[in-house]
Amino acid sequence: MTATLAPTPTAPLAAAVSRPDERAAAVAVRGLTVAYRDTPVLWNIDLDIPAGTLTAIIGPNGAGKSTLLKALLGLVPVAAGTAEILGGSLAARRRRIGYVPQRGSVDWQFPTNALDVVTMGTYGRLGWIRRPGRAERARARQSLEQVGLADFADRQISQLSGGQQQRVFLARALAQDADLYIMDEPFAGVDAQTERAIIDLLQTLRNQGKTVVCVHHDLETAPAYFDWLVLLNVRAIAAGPFASTFTADHLRATYGGALTLLRHRVGSGALS
Amino acid sequence: MTPSMVILLTGVLCAVACSLLGTFLILRRMAMMTDAISHAILPGLVAGYVIAGGSNLLVGAAGAAGAAMLTVTLVEALRRTGRLDGGASIGIVFPAMFALGTVLVTRYFAGVHLDTDAILYGNIEFAFFERLYLGGHDLGPQSLWVMGGLVAGNLTFLLLFFKELKLTSFDAGLAAAMGFSPLVLHYTLMLVLSFTTVGAFTAVGAILVVALVIVAAATAYLLTERLIAMVAGSAAIGAGSAISGYWLAIRIDGSVAGAIVTMTGVCFGLALLFSPSSGLVSRARQHRQNRRRFTLDLLIAHLGSRERSGQPGSGATAAQLGAALRWPASQVRSTVARGIAEGMLTQAERGVRLSPTGRAAVDGMRRT
Repeated sequence: MTATLAPTPTAPLAAAVSRPDERAAAVAVRGLTVAYRDTPVLWNIDLDIPAGTLTAIIGPNGAGKSTLLKALLGLVPVAAGTAEILGGSLAARRRRIGYVPQRGSVDWQFPTNALDVVTMGTYGRLGWIRRPGRAERARARQSLEQVGLADFADRQISQLSGGQQQRVFLARALAQDADLYIMDEPFAGVDAQTERAIIDLLQTLRNQGKTVVCVHHDLETAPAYFDWLVLLNVRAIAAGPFASTFTADHLRATYGGALTLLRHRVGSGALS
Repeated sequence: MTPSMVILLTGVLCAVACSLLGTFLILRRMAMMTDAISHAILPGLVAGYVIAGGSNLLVGAAGAAGAAMLTVTLVEALRRTGRLDGGASIGIVFPAMFALGTVLVTRYFAGVHLDTDAILYGNIEFAFFERLYLGGHDLGPQSLWVMGGLVAGNLTFLLLFFKELKLTSFDAGLAAAMGFSPLVLHYTLMLVLSFTTVGAFTAVGAILVVALVIVAAATAYLLTERLIAMVAGSAAIGAGSAISGYWLAIRIDGSVAGAIVTMTGVCFGLALLFSPSSGLVSRARQHRQNRRRFTLDLLIAHLGSRERSGQPGSGATAAQLGAALRWPASQVRSTVARGIAEGMLTQAERGVRLSPTGRAAVDGMRRT
């Protein structure tokens, strides 16, 4: 976030933002600007994420990746611009969004077990006051099974490993029965095996026609995992089909000074 | 109903009403909001006194609740500046409110006898004599109506919004994304806490009410890993503290409120020491057991590798073991003794060697 922020985006960068795909947009963002105090965290973002994609949002620290997700979910005040979800307003589409926050955003000492956390995924559909019943708990068990944690339903959440906690969050999103899944670093701090299991699950969701949007950090694994890419550094640097968007020029524009790192990554064959 | 029964029942109801809310305050890390509210209601009480032209339960409660909500809003506003954390925000707001109350009292009620002891320590001992009258009818002790109403109200609140309270306490982000406004629940919880504090404050005073809200819930937190059990356990510990505290107060002829709060502290201390899951005693025991287990495992693993390296049967002396494992002689002696007692080791011509059981255990370790 060291880039100076002129009030108008410079021409080459704006041109790099891809045209909308012919598919229906799961996320359509226009002129989105978010500021903390007087510092813009997101500047004039125009973005379309087509439905049925598995999308990575990639950018350096402080690029506003989490903030973009939170803006889509209405969790941060928006200074300007609009975000449409699944062709409608956020308020109308809330029930169709599944959300996986960063694992570190909650207190894992909370007195509850895995099944109970996953059941929370059904709360949105229940609305105020109505309590989860047999159907909701059955759905939660099924979600735990999908992430391979059926045997851990009664486990106190503090006694789960980091990877298991991440999968509990994933199961909770599954229990939301959403059409659009928004995930903030679902692979952070998990081992290779868990990462494999998670990406298999996300690809299954995508193949079922769902849209999955992840903040992702690892440039090495990204090409194998995702089919759509958003490069973000306060502005939308580029967005489009993964292969054609994951170019050295775009990455340089996104990461700026961190070129040595990039050269290493590019040299190791991360770029197609 | 005898005066002592009224005091006891008032204490139990008051403790239950308070401790029902404690669980969520602790899990939301805002325990000290109780302290802020219990002090900040003073200007509200004074304003209520002025408006009603005298002591009036409802007007006083409304004034106090208004002052409490003002406090909550100010604390939240300060916290949102991002410059102050919750604790500092509370530390700024509630002394200011309390000071305002103090100024109002000295300015307008200098002539009125204001019992500071009653504000600080409550007057549960007089619960029997404060009666509630309606149209000239004596409906009984006012404290029972107030505390009973608070228990019923707080229970209803928790039953209706248990799911929402749980979700916003655990993951406010997901709650907001689902459309359950964490802010609405925050203010609702604070409003309920305000009414509870106002009611409880007349019985146990501004300082001790904090303990009733927090300590029983903190005790339950050490004893359970389920939210619903924590809420229920907190209420039960509150009730138990009230009963045993009343008994203690009679025995030592001391303050009832003080004794009740002392008993919540005793409960917490006991849980801290003896909780099966997180108590200091069970942790220390677990630690010691682990250490013993690991030293014995290490010893038999060492003997196993000696055997494999071609010194079978001859055994190892204490001196050899001490040198190889770099253990003091006392540790070798006690570990060998335990190994023999557990059937892992047998005496050899020189020192000890693995028993068949011990060898099987070593093979088991090697496999895992």
